[in-house]
Amino acid sequence: MNKKVPDSKGHFGAYGGRFVPETLMPALLELNAAYKKYSKDRAFLKELSSLQKDFIGRPTALYFAGNLTEKLGGAKIYLKREDLCHTGAHKINNAIAQALLAKKMGKSRLIAETGAGQHGVATATGAALVGLECEIYMGSEDIRRQSLNVFRMRLLGAKVTEVSIGSRTLKDAINEALRDWTTNVRNTHYILGTVFGPHPYPVMVRDFQSVIGHEARKQILRAEKKLPDCLIACVGGGSNSIGLFFAFLRDNIRMIGVEAGGHGIESGEHAARFAGGSLGIFQGCKSYLLQNDDGNVLGTHSVSAGLDYASVGPEHSYLRDMKKIEYTYATDDEALAAFELLSRKEGIIPALESAHAIAEAVKIAPTMPKDSIIIVNLSGRGDKDVQEVARIKGIEL
Amino acid sequence: MSRIEQTFKQLKKSGRKALIPYIMTGDPSLDVTSKLIADLESAGADIIELGVPFSDPLADGPTIQRASERALQQGVTLRKVLDFVKKIRQTSQVPLILMTYYNPVFKFGIEAFAKEAADAGVDGLIIPDLIPDEADDFISAARRSKLDTIFLLAPTSTQERIKKVVKVSTGFIYYVSITGITGARLSIGGPMKDTLESVKGSTNKPVAVGFGISTPEEAAAVSKLADGVIVGSAIVRLIAEGKDVGEFVRNIKEAI
Repeated sequence: MNKKVPDSKGHFGAYGGRFVPETLMPALLELNAAYKKYSKDRAFLKELSSLQKDFIGRPTALYFAGNLTEKLGGAKIYLKREDLCHTGAHKINNAIAQALLAKKMGKSRLIAETGAGQHGVATATGAALVGLECEIYMGSEDIRRQSLNVFRMRLLGAKVTEVSIGSRTLKDAINEALRDWTTNVRNTHYILGTVFGPHPYPVMVRDFQSVIGHEARKQILRAEKKLPDCLIACVGGGSNSIGLFFAFLRDNIRMIGVEAGGHGIESGEHAARFAGGSLGIFQGCKSYLLQNDDGNVLGTHSVSAGLDYASVGPEHSYLRDMKKIEYTYATDDEALAAFELLSRKEGIIPALESAHAIAEAVKIAPTMPKDSIIIVNLSGRGDKDVQEVARIKGIEL
Repeated sequence: MSRIEQTFKQLKKSGRKALIPYIMTGDPSLDVTSKLIADLESAGADIIELGVPFSDPLADGPTIQRASERALQQGVTLRKVLDFVKKIRQTSQVPLILMTYYNPVFKFGIEAFAKEAADAGVDGLIIPDLIPDEADDFISAARRSKLDTIFLLAPTSTQERIKKVVKVSTGFIYYVSITGITGARLSIGGPMKDTLESVKGSTNKPVAVGFGISTPEEAAAVSKLADGVIVGSAIVRLIAEGKDVGEFVRNIKEAI
């Protein structure tokens, strides 16, 4: 039997669904109906496509990283340059689309959570563009790590609200955004930044991000006259990775999602949900979760705020079961080394999140033949991380 | 008929409304919670709602979030709450409801949890992040163990949602008075009154109202529209300040 995945309630096999307060259900059903309608609406799609081109700067380049390829001595490495998107990361693909949808739905206010600050900046940008009020929730620990992005959001006219309960990172910001949404659900749209949460978010965000893979597929066929052998992307919630992978799912090529290994799995200080988690229900859906035996959610650690999250998009859990995508992790140290390597070899400073994907390419490219091809999703640029990297290296700026 | 249904039936006969106070189990300690249950009962509580602490209580406002953190620091877990209820049952037969988020139950094992909760003496369950659409396994496990499943409705609820929630709720229906989180400011009238009337009109099951009720006056106004009044954050706040809850609860009881 070939069941539709996800089903009408957002179940990807055993994962996904809707686990939210009843207060939010009408809003989720309304959003689902609006998304269904506008995802087939020609005028909406035309407006979105025009913004993707002229505002975001799509298509982003697929760049052959010749120096890195030569240095590693194996597979040819291409970088999908999402770092060249307006505001510096793939997050804008989703934020602009959802802001446009919220406007069509007649909402007057946008809210969002942010970890690294990239999604907050993207949402604040979307709000400024479509002319809606905007409030961003951010953990106080992340505010410290990403102060530059906090100021950017404020410049864009958003209110940034500090969340200083729990672990003071991304998950606590999501709790607070969900509380705000529960309170202001009538006039507010919640722009969730990743392929997580209650249905329809995992599907909708995936669709808005899948432009990455659709472009990359065309671009690699044009450049190499064949499909790549391997795709690599980092996985926090999992939006940039599913965005790249989705268009290649039927091609039977190797896909690797790279989670944050932090200080290593044994240390307990990481965000590698597949390596160290188990099935759980968290912030709106069922998926792999870092939790203790009592079902409380564990604190996570990563040098990169954007990967520092206790659970992972339900479709990733499903595709892992289906053996379509394999998952591994890179430690803080490996990511930091990749951060410097790409900066020096290619003149591209990657986001620390994306540096996890580069770290995996560094591991596997040398083991692959020279005529094989890897595409790495360079999901964001590293300007936001420069201060934090300097701090880690003990350099005073 | 369950102990909760019986309670509502008897109150209805005498023309009274149920008072349902909420406290967080283990805040500030299990010993204090044990004493508080006795105090609440003697102050006139008809049913007591026991919170189970959770790391990410997304339906709760700051008062209960902090209570949850304090209880977690005491090492309180879902399993310990069940052991605690077993102990309470040696001295009290007041109907007890656990309010827990879904993940601890899921991790415990839905079937095992329902069985052990019933064995411990729990009467009903409220899970604020579980909607009927996702609750098939939970509902059948609860039915097998004769536990009441109390689902929530809100001012945003449509007729379709009301129908769905009413159908699977037993014991009573929990009507959330505001679009918001626990402890927010209550506003009587407006959408609350309209939806509540529409809920009452669609079922004979008792309806209790909670979220944001913090004074005897508010409790009195709500009790005119519903079969029961749930008071949580206001009591949890008194406990956090180390103040006596008996008098406050007695005043509410007199008002409804």
